[in-house]
Amino acid sequence: MNRIEARFEQLKQRGETAFIPFITAGDPDLAASEQVVLALAEAGADVIEFGVPFSDPVGDGPVIQEASMRALKHGITLKDVLGSVKRVREQSDVPILLFSYYNPILAYGVEQLAADMADAGADGLLCVDLPPEEGAEYKAALDAHGLCTVFLTAPTTTDARLAVVSERCTGFVYYVSQMGVTGERASVVADLEQQVSRIKRLTAKPVAVGFGISTPEHARHVAGIADGVVVGSALVRFIGAHGSDADLARQVHDFAKPLADAAKGR
Amino acid sequence: MSESANSSSTLEKHPWPDARGRYGDYGGKYVPETLSYALEQLEEAYAKSKTDEAFQKRLAWLNQHYVGRATPLYFAERMTERLGGAKVYFKREDLAHTGAHKINNALGQCLLAKEMGKHRIIAETGAGQHGVATATACALLGLECIVYMGSEDVERQKLNVFRMRLLGATVVSVDSGSKTLKDAINEALRDWVANVNTTHYVLGTVHGPHPFPLICRDFQSIIGREVRCQIMEAEGRLPDTLVACVGGGSNAIGLFFDFIGDEQIEMIGVEAGGTEITPGMHAARFSGGKRGMLQGAMSYVLQDENGQIGSTHSVSAGLDYASVGPEHAYFHDTGRVTYTYASDGEALDGFQQCARLEGIIPALESSHAIAEVLKRAPKMDKDQIIVMNMSGRGDKDVQQAAKFLMPDMIP
Repeated sequence: MNRIEARFEQLKQRGETAFIPFITAGDPDLAASEQVVLALAEAGADVIEFGVPFSDPVGDGPVIQEASMRALKHGITLKDVLGSVKRVREQSDVPILLFSYYNPILAYGVEQLAADMADAGADGLLCVDLPPEEGAEYKAALDAHGLCTVFLTAPTTTDARLAVVSERCTGFVYYVSQMGVTGERASVVADLEQQVSRIKRLTAKPVAVGFGISTPEHARHVAGIADGVVVGSALVRFIGAHGSDADLARQVHDFAKPLADAAKGR
Repeated sequence: MSESANSSSTLEKHPWPDARGRYGDYGGKYVPETLSYALEQLEEAYAKSKTDEAFQKRLAWLNQHYVGRATPLYFAERMTERLGGAKVYFKREDLAHTGAHKINNALGQCLLAKEMGKHRIIAETGAGQHGVATATACALLGLECIVYMGSEDVERQKLNVFRMRLLGATVVSVDSGSKTLKDAINEALRDWVANVNTTHYVLGTVHGPHPFPLICRDFQSIIGREVRCQIMEAEGRLPDTLVACVGGGSNAIGLFFDFIGDEQIEMIGVEAGGTEITPGMHAARFSGGKRGMLQGAMSYVLQDENGQIGSTHSVSAGLDYASVGPEHAYFHDTGRVTYTYASDGEALDGFQQCARLEGIIPALESSHAIAEVLKRAPKMDKDQIIVMNMSGRGDKDVQQAAKFLMPDMIP
């Protein structure tokens, strides 16, 4: 069983919610982001969303855009990110979900990427601008290597599409709870419970919620509703502010711990 | 003259896009999930509008009385004499209201938005022509208008920024990425994702996710339909060659589309060759790009070997874009349209020659097409005919052109 699926299975048995932090690979540099992954695992991360930097991240707000630009200044490529995954994998079993835009994947080659991801020890891929209708070849390649394909669902996704999208998801279904791009918000949306149960009526797969979850209070609230809690921009902002500190990894650990604990109801 | 049906032989020989919004391997709907529903809605509303008699009547009326269509097909006699070859005709889109073909699409889409009950309009703009056209249509129809524009373009095109503000639009200066058209589109898409329930995105060219390339093509193809009637009237026969500049490609598709089925007619798309065909110095996607996906559509994209989008350069802001409409990618691969490029210098030369020979100051975008006419017409016979799309007027560009041509004039 794939590490992501196995982790959700364990959590289910323990009655716990997954804590899923997002960071941009190569921000502030590759070695540092590898240390951050390990620190997040230590803090209680169940799946790491590891972002592949892209020049034109249309789905992201300013915080993650800037992290992408910082990484691209060092010339970080998808190949470098896979190298990072491989090094992390020597030290940790934490499930890793790569997060990317489609063009770098196309340029790499979908077949080649699936093979190299499996070789590096990555566990799945989420492509923000690839709806499942456009991703048949992509899904076949990832499936063939036992890698998870996570697709997005949103408040505007109709029931008919929800059925299709969730069917194509493996590992978990990602629910984008807020209209708009990634970024911190003052509060969690009011209709979250309703929306998550709408998805759960249509699929038995775990549902993780992301976009706008930035505090332990948010995480605790969402954990009561969904199977996974994704925290991205708040963490990426923290890394941006502390990127040059020698003890970045320890600081990230201390920042993430309360979020992880909140997600797990501790 | 402007009946809304396209030439039946085009539709017979070119059954694209298919139900998935594809032109061969190109096009599609590569968008974040939040937008999927909006695209479905737009597809439905657009399909409905095509058979809605009241809608079509209103559009036709506005095209005639507000936009000033049909625009003339003008015989460029002095240029023809000077070149000594084919007869050169200009389709005068520069005489359409707001000074470019952009109004054809902006007006159609704003009417559509109103039909859909969406009263907030967003748009991107490079040189400012699409922004001005959208701001104009919004003023006419009483819609709120927000235009995203790269901060570098805001600086380069101050006059158009003022025009948009005068028309009641809010111009948002975009500081991310390369601060030009591509980044303005990114920001418009981000706005749309956040406000999709109340907002329609008037995308300005035949790019982006389906159905935008189709909708824009349909609103622009009135250009070619008029040319068909006008050239028959003037010459009693169809032209031999059509020439248009290609940024996203809407004025080119507009001219070409009705003639796609007339296989004897040669079609030339002219991209921006910039200063040279090396990465970052041009915007000739068919010379330096490869298959890729940018901003919703599979097409040709200028990019590095890792799939990061390349930077571009052109003297003309309207052609300065890293990708090209997916239908052009299809026409490129099938060979139906030949794509070439003109350098900054050649375009500036065309700009001046047109001004002096014909008393028409063309847009720097259209000047790329003129550059191709200057090369091509002398090699053709005197009884042959070229129709070139004069996609826009050059008033907006005089400052930019003066920097190159008469640097002493600029304070």
